[in-house]
Amino acid sequence: MANISVNLIVNGKAVTQECPANSTLVDLLRDQLQLTGTHVGCDTSQCGSCTVHFNGRAVKACTVLAGQAEGADVVTIEGIGSRESLHPMQSAFRECHGLQCGFCTPGMIMAGIDLVNRGDASDEASIRSGLEGNICRCTGYHNIVKAVASAAVEMGVKEEAEG
Amino acid sequence: MTEQTIGQSVLRKEDMRFITGKGQYTDDINIRGQAYGYFVRSTVARAGIVNVDVSEAENAPGVIAVLTGRQLADDGLGTLPCGWLVLSKDGSGMKQPPHPVMAADAVNYAGEPVAIVVGESFQAAKDAAELVVVDYDEKSAVVDLATVQDADQLYDEVPGNISYDWELGDKDATFTAIDNAHHVTRLTLHNNRLIPNAVEPRAAVADFNPATEELTLYTTSQNPHVVRLIFTAFVGLAPEHKLRVVAPDVGGGFGSKIFVYSEETAVSWASRRLGIPIKWTAERSESFLADAHGRDHLTEAALAMDEEGNFLGLYVKTRANMGAYLSTFASSVPTYLYGTLLAGQYKTPSIYVEVEAAFTNTAPVDAYRGAGRPEASYLLERLVEIAAGEMNLSPAEIRRRNFITEFPYQTPVALEYDTGDYNASLTRALEMADWDGFANRKAEAELRGKKRGIGISCYIEACGIAPSQVAGALGAGVGLWESGEIRVNPTGSVTVLTGSHSHGQGHETTFAQLVSSRLGIPVEDVEVVHGDTGKLDFGMGTYGSRSLAVGGSALSRAADKIVTKGRKIAAHLMESTEDDIDFDDGEFRVRDSNLSKTFQEIAFAAYVPHNYPLDELEPGLAEKAFYDPGNFTFPSGAYVCEVEIDPDTGETEIVKFTAVDDFGNVINPMIVAGQVHGGLAQGIGQALLENCVYDDTGQLLTGSYMDYCMPRADDLPDFDVDTTVTPCTHNPIGAKGCGEAGAIGSPPAVINAITNAIGVRELDMPATPERVWRAIQEGGRS
Repeated sequence: MANISVNLIVNGKAVTQECPANSTLVDLLRDQLQLTGTHVGCDTSQCGSCTVHFNGRAVKACTVLAGQAEGADVVTIEGIGSRESLHPMQSAFRECHGLQCGFCTPGMIMAGIDLVNRGDASDEASIRSGLEGNICRCTGYHNIVKAVASAAVEMGVKEEAEG
Repeated sequence: MTEQTIGQSVLRKEDMRFITGKGQYTDDINIRGQAYGYFVRSTVARAGIVNVDVSEAENAPGVIAVLTGRQLADDGLGTLPCGWLVLSKDGSGMKQPPHPVMAADAVNYAGEPVAIVVGESFQAAKDAAELVVVDYDEKSAVVDLATVQDADQLYDEVPGNISYDWELGDKDATFTAIDNAHHVTRLTLHNNRLIPNAVEPRAAVADFNPATEELTLYTTSQNPHVVRLIFTAFVGLAPEHKLRVVAPDVGGGFGSKIFVYSEETAVSWASRRLGIPIKWTAERSESFLADAHGRDHLTEAALAMDEEGNFLGLYVKTRANMGAYLSTFASSVPTYLYGTLLAGQYKTPSIYVEVEAAFTNTAPVDAYRGAGRPEASYLLERLVEIAAGEMNLSPAEIRRRNFITEFPYQTPVALEYDTGDYNASLTRALEMADWDGFANRKAEAELRGKKRGIGISCYIEACGIAPSQVAGALGAGVGLWESGEIRVNPTGSVTVLTGSHSHGQGHETTFAQLVSSRLGIPVEDVEVVHGDTGKLDFGMGTYGSRSLAVGGSALSRAADKIVTKGRKIAAHLMESTEDDIDFDDGEFRVRDSNLSKTFQEIAFAAYVPHNYPLDELEPGLAEKAFYDPGNFTFPSGAYVCEVEIDPDTGETEIVKFTAVDDFGNVINPMIVAGQVHGGLAQGIGQALLENCVYDDTGQLLTGSYMDYCMPRADDLPDFDVDTTVTPCTHNPIGAKGCGEAGAIGSPPAVINAITNAIGVRELDMPATPERVWRAIQEGGRS
């Protein structure tokens, strides 16, 4: 398999990376860029563990070829916050016990942020519907839903303060 | 004063790495120079292997080697054992055909590994695997569980395809009770087959060092020491002292990561044979095909009652599907984890259960969240619910009449319950569920054209299998204790090592709370280490909701030893006697004086023993304990499910789910509630959505997330959970275990609610819209 070179922005940094032409975006992130916070839980684009932000929208990184990411702005779980400065969605998952084994968590957090940003996290039903593309086997979703609802409030407050 | 955290919802210490993407799962680990393994799997369910032609694959670009099951056998590797010897009624041992690491002569389920391609990249290995040509002599597959005894015999040593025919209880007394009963409620059911589906697929990175002959395996395991033991004692991969098994962050297990599987073993062998590190990570389709499945019982049962609805006798006959081979603990699941639970919460005086374990050409079946106990609970609670209707008693009343109320209670099926208060949890659950308001809600739903139903389930489970001597006498091949070690560092912080393994359960927090409270030091000063045979001598791992009750008890004992030694050191430092030293809240005090030393001062003195009783006491402050429980623990609870069904589509919506559990003493209520939520989702998934289906040629029809219906956020309700408490009487914590309860208690509550709503007597899981719609058409209330 021939290699291709992809130019993109990952977590705010410009990156030029060689990878096999049939690599997916999640391969590029995990194997080439060592950003292993983005996980792979299935082979049919059903589980959502690989969810990242692609030009500001949540996508499953296993559905995007690396070559399609040319020029794209990609944000992964590693790019949204740190121990010292957590994103409100990260904090909410911890405070609401919205994670157990942690494997689906990065995808859930990225999906949750997108849900809030799109204004689709207004109530429990819309959060549940909005997370339909992400599978969690541990939590029964109960506390994930609460975390997204809680973060939605926090993010709204923050946005107003900044706006 | 250190804050007391027992009983507090302390936020989890492990979360920070997971929410920032810094967890380290097996697939995140890369060894310099590693190759990649990809398995060639049987495309058919049953065949002789005539030939495996690897020539084209070997010459494909990027391929390092192609290794077959034949080569593995020729290398002298052993087969994969089943660790629990179950005896048949006639006293003969279960029939256990060899379970090869990779098939050499014959394949017995679709997906069984035949060869491994080792390539320079994952893609090279996967592409080349397509080029391996396996010549199969295909035979007709045995798939239907009900007719296995009349089908082709799969193994020479297994007539009728039955591994064992086991029994428990008093047959004569039970049949007499049934013969003389006022009424007998009978039920036939299928407990549907499930695929565990931890979201992290199984994975292995094996790294053999040809110079030292040390093999390190990073793998997705719930019990790395058991993997090491089996690799050494049965497979013969390497001696234990040359073998290190590390289970780093593990993305869910639910039982499926207890077992020693073909793939992890073959990858380790390939690494040893080729002298290079090799990584294998399952694709999800491989997880569907080759992770051990769960449940799959065909059962008929009869419950005998007197005029008042008092239970007189229970007869249960079950055929359990083992799949093609006996997996690591498969034989114990439909026997000692099932038949022994059939008393439930009731004082049924006689019980008799017989279980046939059958081989079929399907993936091996083993423990999955609950393991035997959900099957027992589902059967019993369906039976009791139907019996209530037939006896014109309310579902709550028939249960109350039969509840065990005096403890300890010896059941007719071997267990002795130490404690419980079943009426308390049922009363609380009915109150939370507003049972009395149901009739109004039902009437209101009728106006909207919906059928509303309500169902109860009162489950019992047995956790922390024990004691080792009893389990050994019943056929267990391993001990069932747990180990714990507390290493106090010179500056007073503490490293805790546990043989339990956390793959979502939050041990790093719960165990830290436990040790911090015992030693009177802040939770932040306690670090919990697990999952590495190189760090801890031995441990049995996490399964059967045993970690706190058994692993926590070991740590409690180790903490006692730390305090005992600390008192001796303190006595020396304060020129007192050990008997006069009290330890409380992190301080060693001389009784009736104002002299005291902090825990940290004692730790420092132990490591800098300038003023220290060296003639009596060794320096250092680290203690180990192995805890072998005196009995199982018996969590119990009462669940109430309320559903609304659309009669036009058969679609079921769970409108309210109430769970009240008695887990004994609780250390972290937040974590415990989370465990219940997850268990409920899996139980509701079984009841409404999930079903593993093979066609009659043994091809898996539900082999992806497009075909196997996983519960998603919009399939489930918000859960109402609460606990009642009767502390376990025989472990130092008073804890019983909470990991499996939700999956055990919820399926019968859901089905009881649906049958209540549509007015049918029987309905098999999963209650898909189609099944519910058909049930309505065929006799339910229209």
